[in-house]
Amino acid sequence: MTDVKTAPSDSRLNRAAGAGANYLDERTSIGAFTKFIARKLFPDHWSFMLGEIALYSFVVLLLSGVILTAFFVPSMDIVRYDGTFPQLQGAEMSQAFESTVHMSFEVPGGLLMRQIHHWAALIFTASIVTHMARIFFTGAFRKPRELNWLVGFTLMILSLAAGFTGYSLPDDVLSGNGLRIIDGVIKSVPILGSYVSYGLFGGEFPGETLIPRMFTAHVLLVPALILGLIALHLFLVFLHKHTQYPGGGRTDKNIVGLPLFPVYTAKAGGFFFVVFGVITLLAAVFQINPVWNYGPYDPSPVSAGTQPDWYMLFIDGALRIMPGNFEMVIGGFTLSLNVLIPAVVLPGLFFGVLALYPWIEGLATGDRGEKHVLDRPRNAPTRTAVGVALITFYVVLVLEGSNDIVATVFRLSINDLTLMFRILVIALPIVAFMITKRIALGLQRKDRELVLHGHETGRIVRFDNGEYIEVHEPLTEQERWVLVSYRNLKPRELAPELNDRGVRRKGYRWDRFKSAWSRFYFEDRVEPITPAELKEAQEHHAHEVARMASSATTDKPTATEH
Amino acid sequence: MSTDSGMIHDGAVEDEFADPGVPTGHRPRRADVDPQAAKRAELQVAVLFGISVIGTIIAIWAWATADGGGDDIGNVQRTTMFMGVGIFLAMIGIGTGAIHWAKTLMRDHDMVEERHALRSSDEARAGAIDNLKEGAKDSGLRVGRRGLLKGSLVTALAIAPLSVLVPAVGNLGGDWNVSKFRHTMWRQGTRLAKDPDGTLIKASDVTIGSVFHVIPDGLNELEKHKIEEKAKAVVLLIRLDPKDLKLVPGREDWSFDGIVAYSKICTHVGCPVALYEQQTHHLLCPCHQSTFDVADGAKVIFGPAKRPLPQLPIAVDDEGYIIAKDDFNEPIGPSYWERLK
Repeated sequence: MTDVKTAPSDSRLNRAAGAGANYLDERTSIGAFTKFIARKLFPDHWSFMLGEIALYSFVVLLLSGVILTAFFVPSMDIVRYDGTFPQLQGAEMSQAFESTVHMSFEVPGGLLMRQIHHWAALIFTASIVTHMARIFFTGAFRKPRELNWLVGFTLMILSLAAGFTGYSLPDDVLSGNGLRIIDGVIKSVPILGSYVSYGLFGGEFPGETLIPRMFTAHVLLVPALILGLIALHLFLVFLHKHTQYPGGGRTDKNIVGLPLFPVYTAKAGGFFFVVFGVITLLAAVFQINPVWNYGPYDPSPVSAGTQPDWYMLFIDGALRIMPGNFEMVIGGFTLSLNVLIPAVVLPGLFFGVLALYPWIEGLATGDRGEKHVLDRPRNAPTRTAVGVALITFYVVLVLEGSNDIVATVFRLSINDLTLMFRILVIALPIVAFMITKRIALGLQRKDRELVLHGHETGRIVRFDNGEYIEVHEPLTEQERWVLVSYRNLKPRELAPELNDRGVRRKGYRWDRFKSAWSRFYFEDRVEPITPAELKEAQEHHAHEVARMASSATTDKPTATEH
Repeated sequence: MSTDSGMIHDGAVEDEFADPGVPTGHRPRRADVDPQAAKRAELQVAVLFGISVIGTIIAIWAWATADGGGDDIGNVQRTTMFMGVGIFLAMIGIGTGAIHWAKTLMRDHDMVEERHALRSSDEARAGAIDNLKEGAKDSGLRVGRRGLLKGSLVTALAIAPLSVLVPAVGNLGGDWNVSKFRHTMWRQGTRLAKDPDGTLIKASDVTIGSVFHVIPDGLNELEKHKIEEKAKAVVLLIRLDPKDLKLVPGREDWSFDGIVAYSKICTHVGCPVALYEQQTHHLLCPCHQSTFDVADGAKVIFGPAKRPLPQLPIAVDDEGYIIAKDDFNEPIGPSYWERLK
């Protein structure tokens, strides 16, 4: 590190590297690209690694997936099992299931690859969702990143598609029943349902073509789309430059951080290996999806406590929670609202709101500038509350999706549980919204207190006259800046209904709606401390200190510290 | 508190706080000031990379010594465990080594870079518009002219994909004969057989309180569409005390001495309704907990299903075997738009 080694330029390795670089550059102008990319700055924060986890687990998925395709046979032809697993001897099963069991038991390391692939899939979807939550709560979707939010949203949906098609490939009892549920959901679609079902399964459920079709979707179509969109996602990240948390010197016009080369090459590159390692450890230690215990798909058996993978639980929960009497017959045609609402309409609305959120909030802010400094969640109380309400809604559905497990573990009646969730699914999000908003506003007030009076030190001082005060440590300039530098938005002004000629102006209703929407967001707000307020507090404080000092000098022993 | 905060100048108070700028005080790490510490950090990184090499060796050793074949599942688990731990070490060694290197030896104080607005400059925009205008002129199209050319191109582009899509989508559904949903394998006289081995069931085998998972006799011998037929035809056969059984009007002769047969496919979204509670005569679907009362026409008493399970009319033939009297009189399984048509 400290001693200077021989001049680098004349070593043989360096000359070879130089020649190689020259060869490439003269054909690709990679030099300019390297200049652009090498010292690009990225800010440091743990929450920025969530998206990285998604990216890296996708790479693990590709690597392990390629290995799996070498052994998996995507066919629904029926064969008789004669492998090494005793319990399945002689059983009839599809080649898909047979090859899955074969690669698990007779290909050394095959089971590990399957488990790596499955664990990576769970972590992929989970990290996408948490990454999305980070973007949401910090307002990183604001201009200019709205389109990238949409790209990320599409990636999230594609990850669900990838997960579901992969989960269904082994053709075991659990995944087969999952597909049958999908078939039931599809059939509930008015007019087209039966035909969409036929189109998907190539005839009646389960048919003989679904596994090959899903295989193509799972190994080609969906991953290709994901790869393309990841490229676009990252391109936009580089184009926009990364967002940064508020702090001294961090503005919407700059970026403060460390360079891609060498710091993030090492940190982010290293992190890929950490993610890979942790996924492998999970796969080595925790069994996942032991299909040989479930058995090959057969439309007749099913076991209690069946759960889809976690990312599908909310739809399953919605299906469970819906009362059956929503099914109706209109003019001789059956409209299964008891299935259509929870499995089609509700996810559609939920995802629709998520996809369009940047524009939904944009209506309220009417803000047009580029935003590169992130919000602390407390400084956007309504957005934070909306986010928590959405998560609460989602979590209630996930819990309902495992209501049989919840009922068994806590020894509750499954019927009572479902009835309770029917109420909670509406009530809890509203309560969560209100509580979260209050907490956010409370935290903002706490920040004001902190700016005005400083940190509590725990040092209690008693005056001569018996009065106690606690000594407060003033905030540093940097600490204070984080707490006072947020942009506090106000509701949009509504221009009068009638123009100066007394005629009702065009677009008034739309403006009125936007203004009401804006009030919903920004009516309740806590203003950041202004320099004037701080000065006043300081003067008061100085007065106290003076009093304390005079008292301490007059009579030392009575000033006691605890 | 002193007045070094940048907000008070000459006694005047500003409206907003001033940005104090990027913190300048960089606290040096031990490796920044102590060459010994730097050497130690280098060594630690090298050890971590070394762990990775050991992990690779473990993984390959575990694979090479794997006991392929044989029916001992324990071997498979051991291979999975050792290979997994090997790969874990191989990866985590590189990862933690690189991160440790970055955290101890690489630059750790921030740099600042300006951002540029994403909007193109006005000149660039004007240039773009000029180029497009020029291009439009070169194309022989002028604004508002040659509607025929534009219209026909747009129409052709919009319609051309159908030349591929219509046949492709048209092939997806096979024969598109969705009326197959209406019928199952059950016919008058089809004997009831046990799932999965196909043993025929005599009425005398079915004791009160017992439940049989049933397929139609002959299903296992089907050459084609066995699973599709099974998916529709599976039935639960249950014998109740005739006193407990409420007969549904019009179906008085669909049961035999307390023995009833109901479709096993849930009317909600089609899971097998496989959990029978003997004491309460309730059938529970494990997927979404629709609950049906077998004693009362398999009516829904809880959950997201709306309709009762379809009943299979049964009787007993001369040899004492249970037979179907007919197919179900309605489509089994989940509801769909044209179900009642």
